[in-house]
Amino acid sequence: MTEVELRVKPIKNGTVIDHIAGGQALNVLKILGISGTTDATVSVVMNVESSKLGKKDIVKVEDRELKEEEVNRIALIAPDATINIIRDFLVIEKHLVDLPDLIIGVVRCQNPSCISNTEEPIESRMLVKTKNPVVLRCVYCEQPITDRIADYLI
Amino acid sequence: MFKKRHVLSMRDFSREEIDSVLDLASDLEPYAHGKKSNMLSGKILALLFFEPSTRTRMSFETAMKRLGGGVINLGPAEGSSISKGESLADTVRVIGGYADALVIRHPKEGSARLASEFSPVPVLNAGDGAGHHPTQTLLDLYTINKESHLEDLSIALVGDLKYGRTVHSLAYALSLYGADITLVSPPTLRMPDQIKSDLSSKNTKVRETCDLSEVIRNVDVLYMTRIQRERFPDPVEYKKVARSYRITPEYLEGVRDNLIIMHPLPRVDEISPSVDSTKHAMYFKQTFYGVTVRMALLKMLMGDESYEVAELTPKTG
Ligand SMILES: [Zn+2]
Repeated sequence: MTEVELRVKPIKNGTVIDHIAGGQALNVLKILGISGTTDATVSVVMNVESSKLGKKDIVKVEDRELKEEEVNRIALIAPDATINIIRDFLVIEKHLVDLPDLIIGVVRCQNPSCISNTEEPIESRMLVKTKNPVVLRCVYCEQPITDRIADYLI
Repeated sequence: MFKKRHVLSMRDFSREEIDSVLDLASDLEPYAHGKKSNMLSGKILALLFFEPSTRTRMSFETAMKRLGGGVINLGPAEGSSISKGESLADTVRVIGGYADALVIRHPKEGSARLASEFSPVPVLNAGDGAGHHPTQTLLDLYTINKESHLEDLSIALVGDLKYGRTVHSLAYALSLYGADITLVSPPTLRMPDQIKSDLSSKNTKVRETCDLSEVIRNVDVLYMTRIQRERFPDPVEYKKVARSYRITPEYLEGVRDNLIIMHPLPRVDEISPSVDSTKHAMYFKQTFYGVTVRMALLKMLMGDESYEVAELTPKTG
């Protein structure tokens, strides 16, 4: 199925992130730190029919092979995503995302009384308690975070 | 043995580490009663209270002085430098340069953890907002161990179990000992599910009820907490609830002979003063034990044989 998408709009070199939950593609870009000012050619396909997810999004980043550790963070909002590294129109590497045990500087704590939501010189730090469903725990206030993670991306 | 650099949250403690604190506290009890000591002479403890808690502050101060150490305090003047916008991180780096350990109380949750990341010396959390207050929990455990027993314990936690942070961290710690815990609270002040799910994962028996009379005869420890008036929009409802969780000598009829009643204090109406003279009343002794337990922690963190010097390399943010 991925091959079909790739044939529709193939890229020569770069990274294709497939099986993103429908509607989350822009948040994926946000987590990857790919903003409007990036040099890379980025294409986003949203709400493609998917047998597995119902609707899925696809993100293609040309001429950039995303490193595993930078991509893994997207498992926060797209736990089923697959990463395809493309060279010369061929998928040379394919793997699932796997959330790391500690996520630094990606998600803000939802607790308004948490010290991490003040002007202190620190980054947010979240321990990953469970991966599917995603449950995080703020290292500072220890409050668990179970939903609306996309609303709290930094 | 105790290898910690900081005392921040009960979640950082194993059962063995708790036991080592309680053991040392027991050894130090004579000094809490006034036996002379210079175990921490030449050491300085800085008390950084960003919100008032006179009782806790004095307890730490007493513990330090009983062991022969000195104390410096964050006065109102330094408080104003905070209001001028200095970060907690900077304050801790500065004061950490003056002292051998810091005690911090702060309205924001997680502030003690933050302080520990910037402090060149050990940090003790004396309460961070609705977050943690581990020295309270340790003194509660010490009291239970001393005046009752931690093994096969049957305990009722009573009152405000929703907002009361002392009961959250006490319940968590008791679950390390496999205690049989009954949560007694009005429906609106039940313990949050998240706290409860943390407990049951450790094979602890947890029951919930609104009716104290149902359980009072079957427990070893009755842990009372204050129900705050402002939690109830309706004053009539508050009165009703407050009355149903009030301990009087009559109410204690038929309880276990060795029942102990604890309370983090200050109390309001939860425990009638006429209970004070019964053998069950343990709440004043409990606050005294706070000095003992804090002495143990201070000695562990600052005493000469307590830590590897290499472990104390200051972290930079
Ligand atoms: Zn937090």
